Amino acid sequence: MKRNERTINSLVIVVLTIGLLLSLTPFLWALITSLSTLKASVSWPPQIIPRPVMWQNYVEAWNKAPFGRFFINSFIQAFFVVIGQVITASLAGYAFARLRFPGRDALLLVVIGVIMIPFEVTMIPLFIMVYKLHWLNTYYALIVPLLATPFGTFLLRQFFLSIPREIEEAAIVDGCSRLGVLLRVILPLSKPALSTLTIFTFMGVWNSLLWPLLVVDEEAMRTVQVGLTYFKGQEFSNYPLLMAASIFTTIPVLLVFFMAQKQFVAGFNMSGIKG
Amino acid sequence: MDLKMDSENSMKSQGKQRAFLSLKRREALSALVFVSPTLLLLLVFSFIPIFYSFWVSLQRWNLIQPPVYTGIENYINVFKDRYFRQALVNTLYFTGVSVPLTVMLSLGLAIMLNRKIRFISFYRTGYYIPVITSIVAVSVIWTWIYNGDTGLLNKVLASIGITGPNWLFDPGWAMPAVIIMTIWKNVGYYMVIYLAGLQGIDKSYYEAAEIDGATRWNCFRHVTLPMLAPTTQFIVIMAVISALQVFGQIYVMTGGGPVGSTTTVVYLIYQTAFSAFKVGYASAIAFIFFIVVFGLTLLQWKISRGRVEFM
Repeated sequence: MKRNERTINSLVIVVLTIGLLLSLTPFLWALITSLSTLKASVSWPPQIIPRPVMWQNYVEAWNKAPFGRFFINSFIQAFFVVIGQVITASLAGYAFARLRFPGRDALLLVVIGVIMIPFEVTMIPLFIMVYKLHWLNTYYALIVPLLATPFGTFLLRQFFLSIPREIEEAAIVDGCSRLGVLLRVILPLSKPALSTLTIFTFMGVWNSLLWPLLVVDEEAMRTVQVGLTYFKGQEFSNYPLLMAASIFTTIPVLLVFFMAQKQFVAGFNMSGIKG
Repeated sequence: MDLKMDSENSMKSQGKQRAFLSLKRREALSALVFVSPTLLLLLVFSFIPIFYSFWVSLQRWNLIQPPVYTGIENYINVFKDRYFRQALVNTLYFTGVSVPLTVMLSLGLAIMLNRKIRFISFYRTGYYIPVITSIVAVSVIWTWIYNGDTGLLNKVLASIGITGPNWLFDPGWAMPAVIIMTIWKNVGYYMVIYLAGLQGIDKSYYEAAEIDGATRWNCFRHVTLPMLAPTTQFIVIMAVISALQVFGQIYVMTGGGPVGSTTTVVYLIYQTAFSAFKVGYASAIAFIFFIVVFGLTLLQWKISRGRVEFM
């Protein structure tokens, strides 16, 4: 029995390792290509360690389109959307978790119901609204429609419910207002949920394509993803540069992911199936 | 004397009641202040657009000239539109192939990862990296891999004697290529959810099954699968909804081609509204598709619920 288990375990490890290789090969291949000369990138068999190592591909790709500007645009968008969502979702999540008011449960259902609205139904009217407001090619278009988050509201509500009531009752007896309770008692205890929301929102905003594609086409206002799609059209056959750009546009999310892996798992447990 | 005490008492309780009422009212008032930013934003950017979308779908409108009301003409035209039918078929093809394969693969990986092996977090991270990478970046990378002459895939195939097709430029192979890439990207996401589900299954079920002499397959069939049914239900619904809305990989890798073989419904809506500037017609497509998606979700809900009870 023991030996049987061990054979299965080694078999499982072999299968998992093959899968892992398949999962990572496209990135490794992109990395190799990004460091090759154009000529070496199409030669076969490939040079696993390119000679010469073309670090300058990264510089060239970065300078061939204003990627610095795209990064700034995406960071500005992500920054304000994250701050906005944390504020709106904390307030609403707290009200739905703790305060009694008429129609509370029905309203919560309405908020959650928004998750079910597919974007393709609202994107045309949203575009027309933004167009009529003269918000095309502005940060307003990238930020304002994303400031409320049904997912985040629900996530924070669930977390707030798990905080014992007694903790805040003491503060209320001491004459603390509801906002004071939220700011001084609840939020400091909710760091795991807040960082989950922050990470998910950052990744979502950084990686999003369709909405920015509709509302920002001027070069100076493009986000990273929109800039990368245009760059693909511009350098369609220069794969070393395209791979370099694909890699450096991915670095911010990779950094966040490796810094916050724990929150990722926690986020799944909170938001996914157990919620 | 008695009367006086009575009235005093009632005055006291009235005062208490008033204090209580105002406390309650104050709570409701602060609740209103707290929820209003979220509710107002959702009203303006989610609910009003739905109704506005329906109104737009009844117009002939190119955004430059004023809209012309045409009633249900757009809807009638959508049903007669062979491009819409093709897009619907393509979307169902994409969904019907990619979702079952993704779900089965992610379950298989999760079960293997759930064993006591070393470096589990290492594997989990590896499988998760395609998930966090943007669809644009991975689509650019896979466009290179699928390149007919110099792409990695055809070079590898050639080294074992197979002449690969020009994947993204072949009407028969473009969609399978997009599907393979999508499965590769999403498997890690559902794997992590399955892993959480597996870790929630009580070990005693397996111990009991083992005492009864159950084989490995029996354990899987009669313990793991039924216990995972709620997770599977959740995953299938999520995967179908997101597959029906596929856009990014189509936009970057194929542009809907060749000859429309990868034009999905959302891509068609995008093209109709923002390349052809027929926003009324595009809204009608979006509305019809919304009903299709909603119907499919409801159907799945019913079916999987039946199965859960059955198990």
